[in-house]
Order: sequence, then C-alpha cells, then structure tokens
Amino acid sequence: MNRDACRHAIEAIAWPVASLIAALALFGVFVAFYGASPVEAWRLLFVGAFGDAFSWQNSLQRAAPLMLTALTVAIPARAGLIVIGGEGALVVGGFACAAVPYMFAPPSGWMGTLILLSAAAVAGALWIAMAGALRQYRGVNETISSLLFGYIAIALFKHFVEGPMRDPASLNKPSTLPLAEELRIGDIGPFDVHWGLAWGVALCVLGTLWLTFTSHGFATRVVGGNARTAKLVGLPANALIITACALGGAAAGIAGGIEVAAVHMSANASLIVGLGYAGILVSFVARHEPIAIIPVAILFGGFGAAGSMLQRRLGLPDASIQVLLGIAFVIILASETLRGRLPSLRLSARPAQQPVASAAP
Amino acid sequence: MYMWNRRDWLRATGALGAGALALPWSRLALGQAPITIGFIYVGPRDDFGYNQAHAEAVAEIKKLPGIKAVEEENVPETQSVQKSMQGMISQDGATLLFPTSFGYFDPHMLAVAAKNSNVRFAHCGGMWTEGKHPKNTGSFFGYIDEGQYLNGVVAGHMSKSKKIGFVAAKPIPQVLRNINAFTMGARSVDPKITTSVVFTGEWSMPVKEAEATNSLADQGVDVFTMHVDGPKVVVETAAKRNAMVCGYHASQAKLAPKAYLTGAEWNWSSAYRAIIDAARTGKPHPNFVRGGLKEGFIKTSAYGPSVSEAARKNADAIKARMMSGKFDIFAGEIKDNTGKVVIAKGAVQKQTDLELEKMGYLVEGVIGKV
Repeated sequence: MNRDACRHAIEAIAWPVASLIAALALFGVFVAFYGASPVEAWRLLFVGAFGDAFSWQNSLQRAAPLMLTALTVAIPARAGLIVIGGEGALVVGGFACAAVPYMFAPPSGWMGTLILLSAAAVAGALWIAMAGALRQYRGVNETISSLLFGYIAIALFKHFVEGPMRDPASLNKPSTLPLAEELRIGDIGPFDVHWGLAWGVALCVLGTLWLTFTSHGFATRVVGGNARTAKLVGLPANALIITACALGGAAAGIAGGIEVAAVHMSANASLIVGLGYAGILVSFVARHEPIAIIPVAILFGGFGAAGSMLQRRLGLPDASIQVLLGIAFVIILASETLRGRLPSLRLSARPAQQPVASAAP
Repeated sequence: MYMWNRRDWLRATGALGAGALALPWSRLALGQAPITIGFIYVGPRDDFGYNQAHAEAVAEIKKLPGIKAVEEENVPETQSVQKSMQGMISQDGATLLFPTSFGYFDPHMLAVAAKNSNVRFAHCGGMWTEGKHPKNTGSFFGYIDEGQYLNGVVAGHMSKSKKIGFVAAKPIPQVLRNINAFTMGARSVDPKITTSVVFTGEWSMPVKEAEATNSLADQGVDVFTMHVDGPKVVVETAAKRNAMVCGYHASQAKLAPKAYLTGAEWNWSSAYRAIIDAARTGKPHPNFVRGGLKEGFIKTSAYGPSVSEAARKNADAIKARMMSGKFDIFAGEIKDNTGKVVIAKGAVQKQTDLELEKMGYLVEGVIGKV
C-alpha cells in the first residue's frame, strides 16, 4: 500500500513535468519557425514568469482568480459531475457584489467586504446548484446546462449593468456605481498582489481537507465514484451532488466578487474575459484535486505573465503563448494514458492493481 | 541584473554601425534623449480596425531615431493590463505609456499612474478632467465624426434604396455621435434618407455583426457603415450581399475593393508625435489632446472606383471646409428621432464642446433606440 502511494505520488509529478518539458521543446521549434531564437524564448518565458520579484507578483496575481474558478470544476467533478459553467457563476457573483450597495448600505470596513463576498458566494452557489438540480431531478445534462446558464448570466448581467443599474457618470464604459473606498479589497502588505490570492489558496486547501478528512467529503467522493452504489449504501446522492455544485459555484461567485471589489471597483463588461473557462483547464490539469490547483494555477498565471514578456521583447504575437498552452494541454492530457506505465515502476504496480479489480461489481 | 551576451553585443555594434552610416540623423537623435514607449492594444494588431489603426501608427513612430517601442496585444481590461503597464515600466524601462483601449482608463491606468508618478500615461479616448485626474496622465482622441459625416455624404449620393445601415457596438456617446454624423451627412444630400441602426452590445462579436448586416440588407439597406472594433465582418458580409460599404477605424478597401466607397480612418501618428515630443523635450505632459481632419488626427480612405463624380465633388467640398475650420456638424436646429429639439436653432456645438462627448440621443432620420 505504501509503495503504491509512493508510485502514485511520483507519477503525479513526473508525468506533468515531463509533458511540460516536451511542450517547451515543441514550442522552441515553433518559435524557430517564426524566426526568433528558441533559447531566448525559453529564457524570457522563465524570466517573465518567475525571474524576479515583479514577475512572481505578476504570476501570482494572474493565478488568484483561476484558483477559485478551477474549484468550480473540481468540486462537482469529485461528486461525478462535469460542470463547465464557472464563467456564469463568476458573472453573477460579480453582479451580486456590486448590487448589494443598491439594496442597503453595508457597514464599511472588512465586515462590509465580507457581506459583499457572501452575496457573491450565494449567487454563484445558487447558479451552479441550479444546473446540479436540473441534472438530478430532471435528467438535464449538467455540462450543457451549466454552459448555457453562462450565456444567460452574461445576458442578464449586461441588461442590468448597462440598463437600470448603470451609473449615469459612466459614459463610454457602462458600469454600476463604484464601490465605496472602504469596501474595496486591497493589496497584501507591501506586495502588488491583492487579497484574492489568499482567498484562492485558503479555499483550495480547505477543499482538499474537506474531501480527505471529513465524512461529508468522503461521502461526496463515494457518490462521485458510483452514484448508484452510494444510494444503495444509503447516502443521499442528490443532496450531496447539489451541495458539491453549490460549493463549486460559490468559489466562482467569490472570484467574481473579488474581481469587482479588488480590480474593477464596479461591475462592467470588462469582468467577462473568460476567467471561468480558463478554470476548466486548470482543474483538469490538476486532476480535480483542490490542493493541486494551487501550483497549476500559478503555472498558468506564469504563462500569462511570460506571454506578456515574450510580446514585449521578441515581438511575438499574443497567439504564441496560446500555442504553448495548447501544446502543453494536449501533451499533459495525453500523458494520462501513460499513467501506470512508468517502466521502472511497472513491476511493483501490478500486484497493487489486483484487489481493485476483484472489488469491482 | 543585466549581463551582456553575444547577441546583445552584436545588436549594439550593429546599431552603432547603422547610426554611424546615417550620421545626420544620429546628430538629430542626440538632440533628444532616447525613450522607451509602451503601447497596449485590447485586440489583435491586424484586426482591420481600431487596434490596427494604432499599430500602423506605432510602426511609423518606431522608425524615428531614438525611440524604442514595446507592444502588447490582446490585453484584457483587467488586472492584466495593470501588470502589462507595470511590466513595461519595471522590466523594459518605459517612461511613456499609451494604453489605447477605452476601458483601460478607470480604474486600471489611474491605479498604475498613482504608483509611478515619474511615468507619463497617454490614454486614447478617456475623459481626462483637470483636478480630478493626476497630471502625469492624459487623454487624446480624434473627431472621427467628421469622417463619418463625409461617409454619410458619399452614402447619400450612392444609395438607391434611400436606406442606409449602421452596425454599432453599444449605445454610448462616442458611437451615437458617429451614427448621428453619418445620418446628417447622408440627409444633407437627400432628406428622405433614413439610417437603420443595430446595436450588437459588444465591441467585438463577429457573429452578431454578420447577423445585423444580413438583417439590414434584407430590409433593403444598400450602404453600410459601422462602429465596432473590427469592421472586417461587416465589410465582407455587406459586399457579399451586393451592398456598398463605408469603412471605419482603418482602411478595409482590401477586403472589398468594389463595394468599398470611402472610410473614416484614424491617423494616430500625429497625436503620438505631439505627446512623445513633449516627453522627450521635458515639456509638461499634454493632458487633453483632441483633433480632427484639420489637425491630422483623422483621415479619409481614397474613394473606391464606383463612387460617382457628383459624390466626390460634394464630399471634397465639405472636407475642404472642415479643413479650414468653417464647418460645424452639430449646428442647430437639430431634432432627435422622437421630435424633441436637442440643439436649438442658431446654436452651434463646436467639435471641442464637451457636451458632444456626453451625447445621449439619435437624430431625426435614424431608425433605432438608445
């Protein structure tokens, strides 16, 4: 058992790292075709992402919202659902955050901020829970419905933000009324990274703790493994699945709230830039393990920061970093098929698989 | 921490060599301190539209001696643009930045400007306000409604159905001003002409832009213009429907050589130059820069082959009056399309009038709602 866990751990790290190296090598070929030096591109990728203090802050800042939107995919996935509607939950979360001051004046200071983020979390939770409920009670595919809910969220958002809730002073960039200064989320100490990063890291850690060490988390994983078996042993599958959806949605809702309170200061269309969709990729690469989302999101943030550097120094088009991301994804996902086939570990792997096979119905 | 490697050395000696070859130029360059300037675009540099207009001007600016330009495209209006600006300052040593998308201004550029008081920021389109915004920031923009008025004049001559169409992004002041100018230009030729407007709600949404163009063509519209970030789709769809089209932002003549009549284009290099020269000579940062045809901030595309002689003559005559500063587009009496008088008889709102930057109505002859 111990050796098995060890093998899993080594593989969980070895394959993604090997895939990344392969992707970088291929990217070098691509850069060479474009007429730039691959070595220089590799150097700049590193310098831009993690080369100095500014680069680190840049990467971490870009990673913060991705951690939260990745949780929206990861948590329902552990309950057996593929939810890809994080963008919608993020948008309603951002909207709820900006809408609270329209209804009542929240107390200024951290209490007020907490109220705003709670509103964002509730809105996001309801949004994804709807997709979960539709699937459990009406048999609607949650992948499709959550995606379509995203479009509905964006349409509603635009209607209210650019219509009845528009700040008359926002002439050419229709927005809601800006949040009061005291309600905004600031930077962490002297760093140029806002507190959204702490939220992301904390919720990812809590996610793994919940899944690993609580009976509720364990029950959720059982439902995710096989919902029928879970029902047979008396677990409330519907409640567990919808709760998982709600928790996931809350994470994206908070991401939206933080984007509004820390970055935009009001809700407007700039909020809709695909952070929810980027979270899908992060979660899949992290294999839906909340704690693994943290490094993967930072890597993603690093890609973004490095892409900025590549454009400025080598004049490469913005699409080049998308190419690198695309190559990296295909290889990382393809490497999943090689899992359990690491040559030196192959012999030790076999006996461990035996009892698993016999346990299957 | 910076170490010289072989490549840098080659580049530096190459640059020295090139400088020595062009001796008279290098003397000129010595007169002004070298400067690193950052340019940030919200979309791709080759979008046949807003971003391309900026990128083309940057390509011109880059040729000037002593200027190093760093560029970044597809930067969303989020913390990404704050990081891009800060990166240009900290990593590339830029001392002058041109964030070119409207949404960059508040809160992103203002946030970065507050942290870098020694760097100048020149924003395209924003409403810089004395006393409200810091002195190291500023905004520049062009009166492109002059170009849209001339588009309208040509469209008015060329339209047979007397129905012309406008595919617009959002009902905001800048866009409304263009729709109104285009309509008034056309109706100066024939007051029976109407402009049908479709708002797509997005700055860049090719599917909706194509749908809007098709549905307007179905209603009998035979001349199109637009105000979206990338006019490519509208131009190509209109040409496919055998309609004519007036361009916007940059020239789209290449996309539809036969259907293209003329176009309203930005000419940012003159605005850039004014701001860059001030930075290099240490003059105060120009905070509020505006200009139209006369100042060379905008230009019109060359007439397409199908534009009639009468249309050319009429448009050229009005253009000449605009160049001499004797033409006012928004001169009363102007009614909106509900019949309410918005500019009284005898009143004139000059191009510089800030009232025009708050426009909230569609003029008589426009079919559509804000």
